[in-house]
Parts: sequence; structure tokens; C-alpha cells
Amino acid sequence: MTPILTCTGLSKRYGAKQALSGVNLTVPRGRIVGLLGPNGSGKTTLIKIAAGLLTPTEGELRVDGYLPGIETKRIVSYLPERTYLNDWMRVRDLLRYFSDFYADFRVDTARQMLSDLGIGDSMRLRTMSKGTKEKVQLILVMSRESELYLLDEPIGGVDPATRDYILRTIISHYSENATVIISTHLIADVEQVLDDVVFLKEGQIHTVSSVDELREEKGKSVDALFREVFRC
Amino acid sequence: MNWEFSPDRPIYAQVLEQLAAAIVSGRYRPGERLPSVRELAEAAAVNPNTVQRAMAELEQCGLAVGYRTTGRFVTGDETVIRSMREQMASEKLKAFDRSMERLGVGYEEAKEMLSKWNEARK
Repeated sequence: MTPILTCTGLSKRYGAKQALSGVNLTVPRGRIVGLLGPNGSGKTTLIKIAAGLLTPTEGELRVDGYLPGIETKRIVSYLPERTYLNDWMRVRDLLRYFSDFYADFRVDTARQMLSDLGIGDSMRLRTMSKGTKEKVQLILVMSRESELYLLDEPIGGVDPATRDYILRTIISHYSENATVIISTHLIADVEQVLDDVVFLKEGQIHTVSSVDELREEKGKSVDALFREVFRC
Repeated sequence: MNWEFSPDRPIYAQVLEQLAAAIVSGRYRPGERLPSVRELAEAAAVNPNTVQRAMAELEQCGLAVGYRTTGRFVTGDETVIRSMREQMASEKLKAFDRSMERLGVGYEEAKEMLSKWNEARK
């Protein structure tokens, strides 16, 4: 089967700044993968190229064998770092919006999760707390039956209870054989939900490994290892 | 169940250990149906593949039996459970013995300390 994501010699330059350089990476299906690295290591750039929002300077990235485009957007569910939703929208508008855009949107699943959290149909994004807003957006993204979920910093700046809710939602709602890529620098928080980790350092791949192998080999957590690799 | 994970060992091994403990302690009864992989993954907030791997090893060591259509069950064979219980307890005793030895506490002294400690905590 075609891997869900492949990068070959992938590079991205913003003027003089080299954001990604010569990234080679293959991500198989049915995995939860942590894309880990400090700020500025290229995580968001990589995810944006996969989501079709940026084009590479050199090399290529393929999703399910296709270059990012209409074909891939149909099977990729993307949670951006910053929201693109209009804050005047109410929950019911958001549900209609997603139903219109995505054939694979499971509106009943989304509705169920929202009502479990006590988030009513007529609530507006603008009046929600930061944590609630994050939860609503994650619910929308995870309610799609996608083959690849790209989650850019899904747990940044939320309290521990919200973080747990978000992680549990990811575990219980990604569709079978789908792959989830989670970018974050908060490794200790996500470590136990990951199959594999990819360390990015200054735009290059530093390490690719399964979490259990890393722990077995090094006898320490991925978080501890990360701190070693990226010590300032 | 209260799931706890230490940072220095593979997570699947810790899931396996905690599931085995739940079986030998009788928390899951012989012949009882075990929760699904997804349910356990969600409860423990760990990766479903990790739980799957732990479950496979649980079957390997005979504590669980899987059926294609109806799911996984605790073995009905209580001798398997008993012998696993002894084996797990003896691992803990070995670790205890090592720590005591490091402190220069011998068997008789440790025995005395243990019964004193047991009195005190009542």
C-alpha cells in the first residue's frame, strides 16, 4: 500500500531563512506520529506543505501518492495552529459549514461530542474561552473520516484537563488505518499516545523512531531525550 | 483502573504489567470479557497500537484468550492465573531482596521489620 505521506529532498526557504532542508521521510498508515522540535525547527512549515498551503522550494511531498491538491485535501483533515474560522459563527453555523465542505464529515459524531461538553448549538466562537474554542475546533477536525489528520499544536496553551480531553478525543475518534500527525514541543504531554516520533532540528530530520524502541534503547522517556538533543 | 506510567520503560510493557496485575488480583474475573482495545486506550490515554501489543502478549502468556468475533476474555484456567500471580509476586520479592541487601538488612531482620511495620500501619 502507498504510504500516507512521503517527503523526498523536501526543502523550503523563506528569503534567507531555510525552514526545511533536504527532508526525507516516510510515514505509514495507521500510526499516531509526533512531529517534535523546538520553536522554529520547521514543524509548521512541514504540516502546511502537507496541507497544501505552502509549496516546497525544492523536492516534493506526497500524500497517498499525490502531490498536495484537490485529491489530497479530500482525505486530509487539518487543524491549523491559528484558527481560520470567523468568530461570529455559532456552533450550528460551523456544523453546516463543515457538512457543506467535507463529504466525510460525521455531523452526528460532532454533535454528540459537543453536547457531551455542554456546548450548545447557538454558542458563538467569540464568546467561548480559549480552551473551549480549541475543543470545538478539534471536534470538527476529528469528526471527519479522513486518512490523514494533521494537528498543529493541538494542546498548546490549554489546561491539563482540557489536554486530557483532547488526547482522548484523538485516540477514540481517528478512523481505523488513518494516520495522525501531531506537532508539538510539549512532549511529556503527548508521549504515551504516540507510536512514532520524528525529531526536527533546524529544518532537518534528527531522529525517526518508535516511542517504545527509543525507551527500550535509551532507558529514558522521549521527553528526557528531547531535552538532551535540544539543550541550549 | 488507575493507570500510571513511569518514563524509563516502554509503555506497552507497563500496560501489559498493569493488565496482568488486574487479572491476577481478581479485578478481572476468570472468564470475564476484557474491554476492547479502543476502550482501554481511551481510558489509559495511550495509543491503541500500544494496547494491542500488550493484549497480544497477554494472550501469548495465556492470561487472555481472543476470539475473532466476540472479543477477548480472561482465561478460564485458574491454574494459569495462579502461577502467573506467584511469578509476578516473586519478581517483586526479588526486587525487595535486592534493595534490602543494599542496605545490609538480612532475611531475619527484614522479616522482623516487616511484621513490625505491618503492626504499626494498622
